[in-house]
Amino acid sequence: MNTAAAIDPRHAAGQRLRERLFQGATFVAALLVLTLLGGVALTLVHGAWPALAHFKLHFLTSAVWNPVTDEYGALAAVYGTVITACIALLIAIPVSFGIAIFLTELAPAWLKRPVGIAIELLAAVPSIIFGIWGLFVLAPILQRHVQPWLIDHIGPLPLVGRLFQGPPYGIGVLTAGVVLAIMVVPFISAVMRDVFETVPDVLKESGYGLGATTWEVIWQVVVPYARTGMIGGIMLGLGRALGETMAVTFVIGNAHRIGSSLLAPGTTISASIANEFTEAVGDLYTSSLVALGALLFLITFAVIAAARYMLLRLERRALSNV
Amino acid sequence: MNLRRFNGLLVAMLAGAALAGTVQAADISGAGATFPYPIYSKWADAYKQQTGIGLNYQSIGSGGGIKQIKAKTVTFGASDMPLKPDDLKDAGLVQFPMIIGGVVPVVNVKGVQAGQMVLSGETVAAIYMGEITRWNDARIQKLNPKLTLPATTIAPVYRSDGSGTNFLFSHYLSQVSARFKDSIGENTSVQWPVGIGAKGNEGVANMTTQTDGAIGYVEYAYAKQIKMAYCDLLNSAGKTVAPSGESFQAAAANADWAHAPGYYLILTNQAGAGSWPITGASFILVYAVPPDASATNEALKFFDWAYRNGARMAADLDYVPLPDGLIKQVRATWKAEIKGALVTASAAADGRRM
Amino acid sequence: MSRRLRRKATNLVALGLSGCATAVGLFFLGAILWTLLSRGLAGMSATLFTAMTPPPGSSGGLLNAIYGSLVMTVIGILIGGPIGMLAGTYLAEYGRHSRLSAVIRFVNDVLLSAPSIIVGLFAYELLVIRMGHFSALAGAVALAIIAIPVTVRTSEDMLNLVPQGMKDASTAMGAYPWRTITSVIYPAARSGIVTGLLLAVARISGETAPLLFTALNNQFWSTNLNAPMANLPVVIFQFALSPYPNWQQLAWSGALLITVSILVLSITARFVVSRLNPGGQR
Repeated sequence: MNTAAAIDPRHAAGQRLRERLFQGATFVAALLVLTLLGGVALTLVHGAWPALAHFKLHFLTSAVWNPVTDEYGALAAVYGTVITACIALLIAIPVSFGIAIFLTELAPAWLKRPVGIAIELLAAVPSIIFGIWGLFVLAPILQRHVQPWLIDHIGPLPLVGRLFQGPPYGIGVLTAGVVLAIMVVPFISAVMRDVFETVPDVLKESGYGLGATTWEVIWQVVVPYARTGMIGGIMLGLGRALGETMAVTFVIGNAHRIGSSLLAPGTTISASIANEFTEAVGDLYTSSLVALGALLFLITFAVIAAARYMLLRLERRALSNV
Repeated sequence: MNLRRFNGLLVAMLAGAALAGTVQAADISGAGATFPYPIYSKWADAYKQQTGIGLNYQSIGSGGGIKQIKAKTVTFGASDMPLKPDDLKDAGLVQFPMIIGGVVPVVNVKGVQAGQMVLSGETVAAIYMGEITRWNDARIQKLNPKLTLPATTIAPVYRSDGSGTNFLFSHYLSQVSARFKDSIGENTSVQWPVGIGAKGNEGVANMTTQTDGAIGYVEYAYAKQIKMAYCDLLNSAGKTVAPSGESFQAAAANADWAHAPGYYLILTNQAGAGSWPITGASFILVYAVPPDASATNEALKFFDWAYRNGARMAADLDYVPLPDGLIKQVRATWKAEIKGALVTASAAADGRRM
Repeated sequence: MSRRLRRKATNLVALGLSGCATAVGLFFLGAILWTLLSRGLAGMSATLFTAMTPPPGSSGGLLNAIYGSLVMTVIGILIGGPIGMLAGTYLAEYGRHSRLSAVIRFVNDVLLSAPSIIVGLFAYELLVIRMGHFSALAGAVALAIIAIPVTVRTSEDMLNLVPQGMKDASTAMGAYPWRTITSVIYPAARSGIVTGLLLAVARISGETAPLLFTALNNQFWSTNLNAPMANLPVVIFQFALSPYPNWQQLAWSGALLITVSILVLSITARFVVSRLNPGGQR
């Protein structure tokens, strides 16, 4: 580079201009991320306003969803969303935990990579595939074999029985929960794996040195250390399960009802929006659906923000320990 | 990878796509009822072969059709539930019937074939109210002495979306059962107390075929195409009647279209020994003052072509084409009420073939 | 049983269960892939790629849907990719330690996991209502909004991997940061950034919910960006829920197509990353 050109003021000015433009562009792009979040929140609130102003708090407590009388309440959808997510987590947490343990502590090196990749491929499969698989493969199996067994054997029992009564539709809240569980397992297990790997070897080796079995090291050394991160991972999975649309729409049964049985059909917020939005006639109907969306956004935002915060804390702790 | 060349290729592809987009002939856009979708798509295919103009019809349910035409996102809306004359005036829409068909109950019960089961309006209402829960219930058995019915639980399937088929079905049940009318009522979307919801006639057909012990309600063309087990019904004259083009036509025969403002007429529970109880017409909605006059004209040309050439295709699927007098009345309505409607008798020159 | 034996038994049972859990996870992956293959392959033929989506009861293919998905994905990445890269550049280079960046990173991670149907609603209110009709462009923008958090994350991570020494050397020669970034860092992180784009493509090509009320669907061939356009996920949604055998067959074949494409993209991205990171750390 010619030193004379490098200190030529015009050249330097041109460089400075380009620097300002480029830096400005990156800054604007970064701000766009913030504005996206703000924009989504604002748009949802704006669209939901007519319904919220009309129904006020009644919107959250009413399970009535009647397009004929133009009466809408979010309770059935919220109930379905929460119940399916709970069922999904009940199944997914132990399974993900098991997979994470297997991949970090048990698997020999040659098995670790392919199995790890396979589990992550499950995460890459689009949710609509889970939906059609759930409807055409899982639901008939549940309808013909699993649900009748549940109804006959667990239905008559005193307390738990109420959860397993009713006709065996095949689809319904339980089926949706199972499909969600399969979808959410790769996410939770990936985070748990990462979190288990941040545990310092020194701690684990001290445990082994004292004669602890592998399980005891995991349960009494690794888990307490990684607890925050594990909870963060579980909550990420929860956030995913709460917001999932396509997998649930196929198998939830589309009934705006709160049933006491897990075998009953129901609906979730995202399934309601997906099924009814393009056909909602009338401003109140459309606005109620957008209000459901705003509710979902609020719930998932709270869950995911809390999860990310916990994961951040664990990351900082791991970095400070290195 | 040479990023720059890759980018250049992408830009070229996009430019090509954008350019191609601007030179293409526009398709007619419509949305609405799933009730007439089988025949509309058949007509659209034939029309495209003949004229090169396609019909992009989104089968999203009557409620969706009404919403989309009111939002002006499509050129015409299709609905099986006719809008009342006041609503038409408020929205600035013109409504006319296109085709007549019938809604039939379909079942998925082991051992029951198509046309074997007989049901009455009250029984169907009781099933959908959750009062009859098993197939071997005495009330169903009484209507079907020759059938051995299993003890399977009944799984009612209903429309989860805004549906004209749902309107016709619930309107009929309200007519035959006062309790149904009080507890559930009639509309494109109602609160069914039991059962599972599915989207569109297609969804109900699919769900009924998938679920053991299910009962659903679909337009007859769906039941026929997929070879479902449809039921016969007891009509208002007390006779058992099977769904067919003839029984739909019998129900539509007494309709007095000339004195129905806005063509508001519902054909369920009509008198006559051979009438099918759940018959209905499917309507088209366009603007009286179209926002895009040429697009609406293309749509009207298609409907005109369908009136003239689509009768045999409709009959093949057991729909009932409109009688000639009604078609003439509709054409007069186009001339009188739709601003800029250019479809005239001279347009009859094209397409006499089918 | 002695304490020692009890502990050993617990250990065995616990580890056995974890092996079972992994087997269960792998089982479902296998079951889903098996279903896709067995039902989807039957419909695989040349006509799948040359014919349009048919009316019910007739045979046809998925050409317009495949084309629509390709176009919307490409436009989505063209919009979302550069924005994500620039934002990632800001987070990695300019605002590395600022408070604002921490907030942006946090918000970005939240958006990453946000339900895609919310994005669809947003795009509907923003574009479809304003424009007055559904359009492929609205669908592409919805996909771009989903792609942005992914590309921001991966860009930032990849840019951070470039050795500080290279950046310092460039600065020492008198280059402004923009020059360092464009001439030194971007080429160095090139494969990582491409990987990020591939992952974003894999993510958005399977998304259905955002397209349900933006691009809608189209029975015919259309290249018009300003009108509804067919796309694979919505076509699969419609066809799978229908009772027509030929439509259901097309849905399965389409599902197989999407899944295979996404799996190939994901595996390719993974291999590129592992080549970048020979240390083995994921």
